[in-house]
Amino acid sequence: MTPLRQSWQVAMRNIRVFMRNPAYLGMTLTQPIIWLLLFGALFKAVVRIPGFHGGSYIDFLTPGIIVMLAVSSAGWTGMGFIEDIHGGVMDRQLVSPVWRGALNAGTVAYAALMIVIQTVLIVLLALALGANYTGGIGGVLVLILVAALLGATFASLSNGVAVLARQREALIGAVTLVLLPLTFLSTALMQESLVPGWIRTVAKFNPVNWAVEAGRSAAMQRIDWGLVGSRIGFLAALTLVSAMFATRAFAKYQRSL
Amino acid sequence: METAIEARELRKSYPPAVTALDGVSLAVEAGTIFGLLGPNGAGKSTTVRVLSTLSRPDSGSARVAGIDVLASPVRVRHAIGVVGQKHGSDPEATGRENLVLQGEFYGITGRGLRRRVAESLERFGLGDAADRKVKTYSGGMQRRLDIAMGLLHRPRVLFLDEPTTGLDPEARADMWREIERLAAEELMTILITTHYMDEADRLASRLAIIDRGRVVVEGTPDQLKSDLNGDAIQIELADRDDAGAREALARVEEIAEVKLDGRTVRARAQDGAAAIPAVLGAFEVHGVKATSVTLARPSLDDVYLRYAGRAFSQAHTDPEEVAV
Repeated sequence: MTPLRQSWQVAMRNIRVFMRNPAYLGMTLTQPIIWLLLFGALFKAVVRIPGFHGGSYIDFLTPGIIVMLAVSSAGWTGMGFIEDIHGGVMDRQLVSPVWRGALNAGTVAYAALMIVIQTVLIVLLALALGANYTGGIGGVLVLILVAALLGATFASLSNGVAVLARQREALIGAVTLVLLPLTFLSTALMQESLVPGWIRTVAKFNPVNWAVEAGRSAAMQRIDWGLVGSRIGFLAALTLVSAMFATRAFAKYQRSL
Repeated sequence: METAIEARELRKSYPPAVTALDGVSLAVEAGTIFGLLGPNGAGKSTTVRVLSTLSRPDSGSARVAGIDVLASPVRVRHAIGVVGQKHGSDPEATGRENLVLQGEFYGITGRGLRRRVAESLERFGLGDAADRKVKTYSGGMQRRLDIAMGLLHRPRVLFLDEPTTGLDPEARADMWREIERLAAEELMTILITTHYMDEADRLASRLAIIDRGRVVVEGTPDQLKSDLNGDAIQIELADRDDAGAREALARVEEIAEVKLDGRTVRARAQDGAAAIPAVLGAFEVHGVKATSVTLARPSLDDVYLRYAGRAFSQAHTDPEEVAV
């Protein structure tokens, strides 16, 4: 019970800060909105490429943008730890008997919650732009779930990198380094059958692509339960592994003190 | 008497080239205030980090509140309170929220926690500011909150790492009174690090001077001061004239332990008032000009000078020192 309770308290610390300044959410949404509008306009003609099947480009693009949003939004999670390290909060927490996993799990839960809210807003915006959610509410819920799982993975990774590197610059570097390659090495923006073979191969091992495939299949197409189930399983496993990495990073940090 | 803190031969280095602790040993009796005195980079904070389980030594052993620090860090964490050099509170949260979260980390929950937090806020004069964000607090208020957080779970041993650095004189005096009260009324064992001589002199019943990762001397403030021979004489020379001054001083029988440090001469004399005319006479003969002469009863500054071989103020600003 105590680990759960402490994780919840850590999440609440972040949620309270957010509740005092909810306008922050609007700021974090500008980037995905711009992506959605810009990519939507730029690649509108993609649907006319021979071999591109079904729907409008906005249908195709929305899950991709949501997954990008999850990665970029979660990527900044570690900033909180860097602030805590510089402000002395981290050391105070680490001389307490708090379960280390709770420090990570609480901030990851907060990051996932933010991604859920952001995803709902982007889903609604895309709906207004004419997206057609063939999978209905259930499909959209699956899309939200995979976005949250992917976000949780990247939030843990961000926390771990933050605790090990302790510098804002390092985290900014890591996020920018990771976001675009992972997006372009997936089917977030382009249909699988139309990307080069080597990208298709790499994409098989890319967690961003797992989330895109599962979310798109569930929300926008006729749901492929085998695909969706396996991808959710992969993402859940990755969420656990990354949380273990972040939790162990504290011990490494303490050894360096 | 019971020993509340015991460190044996603690060693720790930071690769590639910094030796932070070079065999620190100390023992603190339960219910007393122990001062760890030394310049920045001497190893004070590293010692506290090791004793408070934040960091591990390369070798050596330590027990705090009777518990082995290396073998049972979690049990030690329940028994100790730590107030670090930096503010450990979340500036975006209120004082009350900070205290509640702190309590949860120690497994204190529910109504008991809420009551304890309210008492703590009152006791540290933060009742009116309890529901304001900590970033609106003054430096003194933030420090009081830090102490309140360190004490919330009622630890047996408290570590205070430079608790008054950066405080104005009034807040500093308040802090001193609170620290004295904790030791006297709550029988808490307190280890305080400081680089202020007056602070160590006022608070600590015993103290250790630490320099370059080693304890160079340990005792009660009075013991340390009485170990010094008589009065301290400090002379400022007009020129850096080491050779002439040294020669002149060698002829003055009344003084001992002459140390030359640029233009500053420090020496000791059983009867300082009688020695000064002799010193000035010898300077006259050797053509050494002095711009000022001061005479002082021994202070911890002198103790520091004697054992660390440097003036405290200089060690403090020595560019080679690494702030750890």
